[in-house]
Amino acid sequence: MRIVVAMSGGVDSSVAAALLAEQGHEVIGLSMQLYDHTGHAEAGGQRSFGSCCTLDDLHDARRVAASLNIPHYILNLERQFDEQVVSNFVREYAAGRTPLPCAHCNSDLKFTTLAERARGFGAEAVATGHYARVERDPATGRYLLKRGADPSKDQSYFLFSLTQDQLAHAMFPIGDRGKNAVREYARHRRLPVADKPDSQEICFIPDHDYAKFVTKRAPETDRQGTIVDEHGRVAGRHGGIHRFTIGQRKGLGLASPSPLYVLALRPAEQQVVVGPKSALERTTLTASDVNWIGGKPRTPQRVAAQIRHRHQAAPATVHATDGGSATVVFDAPQIAVTPGQAVVFYDEDIVVGGGWIG
Amino acid sequence: MRVYFDYNATTPLAPEAAEATARALRDQFGNASSVHHFGQQAKAAIDEARSAVAALLNADPSELVFTSGGTESDNFAIRGAAEALDPIGRRHLIAGAIEHEAVLNTLKALARRGWRTTLLPVDQSGIVSPDRLREIITDDTALVSVMHANNEIGTIQPVAELAAIAHERGALMHTDAVQSTGKIPVDVRALGVDLLSLSAHKFSGPKGAGALWIKRGTRLQPILTGGRHERSRRAGTENVPALVGLGVAARLAASKMSAEAARVGALRDRLEVRILRDVGGTAVNGTRSSRVPNTTNISFDRVEAESLLIALDLEGVAVSTGSACSSGTLEPSHVLRAMGFSAHRAQNSLRFSLGMFSTEEEVDRVASLLPSIVEKLRALTRKTASA
Repeated sequence: MRIVVAMSGGVDSSVAAALLAEQGHEVIGLSMQLYDHTGHAEAGGQRSFGSCCTLDDLHDARRVAASLNIPHYILNLERQFDEQVVSNFVREYAAGRTPLPCAHCNSDLKFTTLAERARGFGAEAVATGHYARVERDPATGRYLLKRGADPSKDQSYFLFSLTQDQLAHAMFPIGDRGKNAVREYARHRRLPVADKPDSQEICFIPDHDYAKFVTKRAPETDRQGTIVDEHGRVAGRHGGIHRFTIGQRKGLGLASPSPLYVLALRPAEQQVVVGPKSALERTTLTASDVNWIGGKPRTPQRVAAQIRHRHQAAPATVHATDGGSATVVFDAPQIAVTPGQAVVFYDEDIVVGGGWIG
Repeated sequence: MRVYFDYNATTPLAPEAAEATARALRDQFGNASSVHHFGQQAKAAIDEARSAVAALLNADPSELVFTSGGTESDNFAIRGAAEALDPIGRRHLIAGAIEHEAVLNTLKALARRGWRTTLLPVDQSGIVSPDRLREIITDDTALVSVMHANNEIGTIQPVAELAAIAHERGALMHTDAVQSTGKIPVDVRALGVDLLSLSAHKFSGPKGAGALWIKRGTRLQPILTGGRHERSRRAGTENVPALVGLGVAARLAASKMSAEAARVGALRDRLEVRILRDVGGTAVNGTRSSRVPNTTNISFDRVEAESLLIALDLEGVAVSTGSACSSGTLEPSHVLRAMGFSAHRAQNSLRFSLGMFSTEEEVDRVASLLPSIVEKLRALTRKTASA
């Protein structure tokens, strides 16, 4: 079978490609060039050599493809990435929400734009290096998305919005392996990236300074505002609500006898609301743009609901409501329910569905 | 069967050039600057190559400086002229808008260091206008650099006419003849230029060898300083095997040029006619009347050239979207943009460039593959657009 592998230059997608090639598939490596940190320095201006990242990753992908003897191409998707992922990221922060760009990148870029290109090249499937599994349910004929076998690396949370059509053509060759096994295999196959460190959280902000990035892209977010407590009393000032996320404790610049946490962000008033940790607890949330992988349920469902990547999914009841929304009621209070993040519903290790926390 | 239609990116070696290069790599290990026998052998081999290249250009061998290739030759010509003429107050540089990056980015680098630079526009046919040069050129102009043939669309520029205008105002004239040398007659006297760049690997010679022809008496500042190689004009131990290959390629080109131009030109025309006839929504970019015989640049409406290139490669057909040197950049071809085409059309365009080993069978294979590949990609585009 002709399969396109989305190769990032990291060890996971490299092993995904290697495994499929070993199984005898006709593998084509595609890498997405998504952003350019070099600016226009290539025109002969000053630049510090060896400081560039994204081109190095593309170069790594090419080296891996060469070592596997598979064709490899770079697709320039900078414009699409900017429109579909980066703009949304900036908008969300400006609106006092905490975005999840990797999930958008998966559903709106890898499994749409890249998948379409792959079809144009005659590929029957798109494989990625995600720690997740996709299976066909023999009873219903529908595709199931499941957690990766290694719970510490599972990435199904970032894939909840894949549709049946997308899952039907998706492959996650390393989903049944652990990270150690993946590295082991990479070393065994002598892949040039076998010992490359894992990638950072947000690929397009290598210095992790999200606030600086948002300010640069949307200068209007750089507005002073007040920090208030639960009762509306002013406790301090801040330099823009995009610098904060729900549950944040550090960097508030407040003197207080007991630790204070960010409870809420109010974009209209440019207010950051703070309070004690107990005030972060929530037992309900609503989700929008819910994707039901197994079909929309007619009755309330008992699920384990996960509200961020590093959250232990907690027992809850989810009610699908009209307009693609859902209400989630947790059995026990959860800390820091954060608008902009995803809530993903699991039945054991099967992703039932998920949506965006409102 | 793999088809290689990307000769403007680089060419396979002529067997004679490969053989001579391999032999020199084995046997001519001497340093051409050495006094002894081994040095003399290497020097003789280089001089023979120099004579061969000079004969191809109707030049004197002493006017040729060997370099590592086209990019170095262009840098040498532009930086060398800019620095040499700086003391007399000529700090203005002019280049064609459709020049290779080796020229354009060198100009940009000099602009950052205080030189004034102006680009000479082209019309929709892909030819620069001598009249515009008359308007742009000043008494401060140090150098005018306009390529002989364009790498992306193959159009031939009116270099002789431009050179006359440059000389009227006391400026030097450089032409990047990387894409014309070996394909069409390149006569430095007839072109009337002062400086001319060429590269071996664009006409069946090896990579890493090129030359800058410098008309006797031209003021030029060396950019590579060091030993007294190449009459102190370009320091660095000569790449003897590659230069030997360049010499052989030059001799071959001189002896076979008219026959090859006719043969390759007929193949190119056959390919072009069939694509225009069998694939809807196609058009040739640039004039079809004044171009090198091996090149055609075609736009495919409603297909991203990037996807078409990959789909063709998966079928074993190698073409390109423009300059190989700008692969991976988002910018649509600066050549097609300068000709006034939309970014859209520029991103829908593919270059087919043929050469020594191209055959009619290959042309027919590519021409028969294209309709279905294009149709498939267009169908996906439609689906996405309507989704």
